Amino acid sequence: MSFKTVERKPLTFAERTYVPQIVNGLMTTFKKMVKPNETLEYPEARPPIPEGYRGVPTLVKDPNGREKCVSCQLCEFVCPPKAIRIKPGEIDPTSDSAHVEKAPEAFDIDMLRCIYCGLCQEVCPEEAIWLQNVFSLSGYTREEMVNDKDKLYELGGTLPDKHFKWDQKKAAEDRGNAAH
Amino acid sequence: MIDLYLNLPVWVQATIKGLIAIGVLIPVAGACSMAERKVSAWIQGRPGPNRAIVPWVAWIPFVGKALQRLGVFHLMADGAKFVFKEDVVPGHVNKFYYYVAPLVALIPALCTIVVVPFGAYIDATTETLKPLILADVDVGILAVFAIGSLSVYALILAGWASNSKYPFLGGVRASAQLISYELSMTLSVIPVFLWVNAPGGNGTLSLFDVVESQSQAGFLGGMWFIFLMPMCAFIFLVALFAETNRQPFDMPESESDLVGGFHTEYGEFKWSLFFVAEYVHMTIGSGVFVLLFLGGWNPLPWIPLEMVISSMPMWLGALVGVGCFLGKTFFFIFFFMWVRWTLPRFRYDQVMKLGWQKLLPLAIANVIFYALAIAMIELS
Repeated sequence: MSFKTVERKPLTFAERTYVPQIVNGLMTTFKKMVKPNETLEYPEARPPIPEGYRGVPTLVKDPNGREKCVSCQLCEFVCPPKAIRIKPGEIDPTSDSAHVEKAPEAFDIDMLRCIYCGLCQEVCPEEAIWLQNVFSLSGYTREEMVNDKDKLYELGGTLPDKHFKWDQKKAAEDRGNAAH
Repeated sequence: MIDLYLNLPVWVQATIKGLIAIGVLIPVAGACSMAERKVSAWIQGRPGPNRAIVPWVAWIPFVGKALQRLGVFHLMADGAKFVFKEDVVPGHVNKFYYYVAPLVALIPALCTIVVVPFGAYIDATTETLKPLILADVDVGILAVFAIGSLSVYALILAGWASNSKYPFLGGVRASAQLISYELSMTLSVIPVFLWVNAPGGNGTLSLFDVVESQSQAGFLGGMWFIFLMPMCAFIFLVALFAETNRQPFDMPESESDLVGGFHTEYGEFKWSLFFVAEYVHMTIGSGVFVLLFLGGWNPLPWIPLEMVISSMPMWLGALVGVGCFLGKTFFFIFFFMWVRWTLPRFRYDQVMKLGWQKLLPLAIANVIFYALAIAMIELS
């Protein structure tokens, strides 16, 4: 037998008058009344954002202030709603990081298309694009909702990682044991 | 000042008193709507409306902030909104009755205050306690029931004039519900008046005399009727919930199954009149309950008001009396809201079953029991 007959006890007289139950209910709601609020007063108070939250995608710089994106365009290709548009550009040959060769000239993420899937972050070989904890985005026009490169770096800030991949590569080259 | 007032013609005095009573009652009813939102918010663990503020009030330290947190300005904003909203009248309504219904709701609600005493003072010349009341007539409770029950016409009229199905159902429910609970309500106060009217004396239905008989000397004399007749108080309270269309008995409105019930087709100011009427009803209903069962303006059981205020000046004594009465009344208004946000609504058939098969027999048994008990006490 896969079912079980539950024994239903007949209600007692007190239960049938509802009164004890009503008094119980009133006590419960009174306790709730004197308890502190469960809600946050939103724009002033914000909920804690958990680690690994996928908010608005942003671009980050390394601790030396070098933009990490090398405009490989993998994120542009993987982006399911085609929200990302990158125009690759060359790095100024006189700059310190000229050996990186490429950096985005323009980088636009259309936040009206973005679905916050995080595939761009996952695919990025340079750890340059990160979905961070900004969760509310609004604007008055469609143009405003397109984050350009400056906005993306402003939102992203600096990623405090210490491996300095490109600096090490340059140092290795200078020592004469370049990988390729 | 007082002499000037006393020299005015009687009708001017009456008008002034009436306007003052209305001037207190309508803001209280308005404040109730905000209290309702606040109580519901607190019970549900929310802060409730707390954002609106008038700029120059915001400059006052502490007080401005406190008023803002209490949502006082939301109330004003709501009131102003109702006045300035577009007056939409649906094409299918019966215009005359559609406009009359909110007035029919409000006028009886405000009229009942006439016979409800809301305080007492010691008359300087006769040294006796006199009620603060608009019309000290002997019919008292009878007038409250008679005028108060007229409000059912407003609901029926609104439901019928709206000429659409949900308001109509709301009106039908209102008529059935109010009529059935009125019986129990009236029966439940009979023992009180049996007790108040000692044989041989002048018969009275005045609410002032009810309070007086709760403020006599001695253990039984000073006892509030809620201790003496708890069953009467219970039946009266349940019937009061039904009469004022409050949860769990708000069948005429029941927004989950009837959209908005009788006021579905109403908007802006006319809608708000229905609500003011409902809250005025609630206020006066609580007031009557306090007078009948909770000793009216007496501060505590066995401590009558006269004892407390006999050494005070007249105006202070009157204020203490009104304060005690209003304090208890506001507690009951809070109780109404507390119950509303605790209990789910009854189904319509449950309301009818409860009214006719449970409450009415109980009320009748209660009358018989107390009639016999009082007769025994009187005979012995």
